[in-house]
Amino acid sequence: MEIALNIKSLKKAFGGLPAINDVSLTVEAGERRLIIGPNGAGKTTLFNLVTGDLRGDSGRIFLFDQEITRKATHRRVHLGLARTYQIITLFPKDTLEHNIALSLLGLSRERWNAFGTNRPPEEAKSILARVGLEHLAQRPVSEVAYGEKRRLEIAMALAQKPRVLLLDEPLAGLSREERSAVKQLIAGIPRETTVVMIEHDMDTALDMAERITVLHYGRVIVEGTRAEVVADPKTREVYLGH
Amino acid sequence: MKHKFWYLFLILLIFLPLVSGEYYINLTSQVFIFAVFASSINMLLGYGGLPTLGHAAYLGVAAYLSALVALKLGMGHLAAAPAALLGTTLMAAAFGLIALRATGLGFLMLTLALSQVLWGTALRWVSMTDGDNGLRGLARPAPFGINLDGATAFYYFCLVITVIAIAFMARFVASPFGAALKGTRDQARRMSALGHDVWMIRWLTFIYAGFWGAVSGLLFVYYHKYIHPVSLSLANSAEGLLAVIAGGSGTLAGPLVGAAIVMLLKNYVSGYVERWNMLLGFVFVVIVVFMPEGVVPGVKRLWRRYTPWK
Repeated sequence: MEIALNIKSLKKAFGGLPAINDVSLTVEAGERRLIIGPNGAGKTTLFNLVTGDLRGDSGRIFLFDQEITRKATHRRVHLGLARTYQIITLFPKDTLEHNIALSLLGLSRERWNAFGTNRPPEEAKSILARVGLEHLAQRPVSEVAYGEKRRLEIAMALAQKPRVLLLDEPLAGLSREERSAVKQLIAGIPRETTVVMIEHDMDTALDMAERITVLHYGRVIVEGTRAEVVADPKTREVYLGH
Repeated sequence: MKHKFWYLFLILLIFLPLVSGEYYINLTSQVFIFAVFASSINMLLGYGGLPTLGHAAYLGVAAYLSALVALKLGMGHLAAAPAALLGTTLMAAAFGLIALRATGLGFLMLTLALSQVLWGTALRWVSMTDGDNGLRGLARPAPFGINLDGATAFYYFCLVITVIAIAFMARFVASPFGAALKGTRDQARRMSALGHDVWMIRWLTFIYAGFWGAVSGLLFVYYHKYIHPVSLSLANSAEGLLAVIAGGSGTLAGPLVGAAIVMLLKNYVSGYVERWNMLLGFVFVVIVVFMPEGVVPGVKRLWRRYTPWK
């Protein structure tokens, strides 16, 4: 089986405090992987290292057969990596359509065109339609509901047809209805895209994963199938044993 | 609607020399020159979110280069103008490498430091620049044999160049590249996560802004037929920045209005009030208090609020 994401003994410390402490992780192509762990376990730091928002102190990261350890963030995106943020990061004054257009522009050669007119591509509308937001295409992001922003953010990532998609707490702060809409959206992601998802709340996301990694104090404590992880006493200790 | 307003404004400007005296024609020419300068600052500040306090470097260096090529090498404007534009743009490329190591306040300080080096050089390198005396004895170009020594002829020359400059800058910010530039201003981190090369976008914009700053420098030296280190000074950079903020950064009309405000105060009011800088400061404070987003967006907002009809 092809390996989509391969992390080898990655370390990152903030002022002497290890946030990621010798993490090794392999995710197979097409897999749905859930990374869970209590607050401060290093989940988002791990994502930031994979995307290049942060540089690791040591260790190596591979995306398929490419080493990306030292590549700039935007280069990694061109190699097929996309992400969403725990704290929604969009362009609030711009329309939903424009947000999608900026995502499509990121991978298009058009982005260097400084003399043509910028028009949102037709594709932007169909992408919004796919996540059920086409009726809001011309509305500024700041005017739509939180759950719709979440879906927009995932749509922006999916617009790039990534090979590996990192979702950072995509269900956080959503109502029950919004949550099921986002879950449906994630479940509908094609298998060409490998999905790695962070969740803080284990129960909400358990059913979406094939394999689960439990992170605690920057280390991988348990890894395995859903049943294995839930049954493991170490999981209960760090996570379920409140 | 929007375009109509611009065309109407342009027609008024075309007819202005027919109804006004030489003093106002010259004043308006200076507004044009300053408007190109302010608009080039607006590329960085308004659309890139990069506050530069050293943009006088590009105006001043282009002016000095043009003057030096004419005076020291004895060449005509046909050589001097391209040499000045090219030299200044290359300098912008080099300065950008240094200044863009930071954003925000760090960027501001680096641009200031770089321009101060040039200002000090122009002041001290007396054998080349004649220091505090400035360079005199310069002539205006005569494109296609048209003599530009008259106020009206030079006015139209400035108008044409200004329209071209504004059109190019308007095109730039309305392009896909411009959309990406605005994205880096609003959410730089998100832009990298979407595959945009944020640093490269900023650097290319820095060079573009430097080029149009150089164009304003050429117009400036043609107008005054004289260049002094004060054109490279912090005060000049700050006036440009002030014009953009007062008029409305991130809008196309803002720097034009801002340039008019600063130039009118500087030239007109200074005839009556000695401390025109104080008045400029006062006007600036009033603008910031009542229209923190600048005059152009501010007036639009007030207009919408106080017109019940639409």
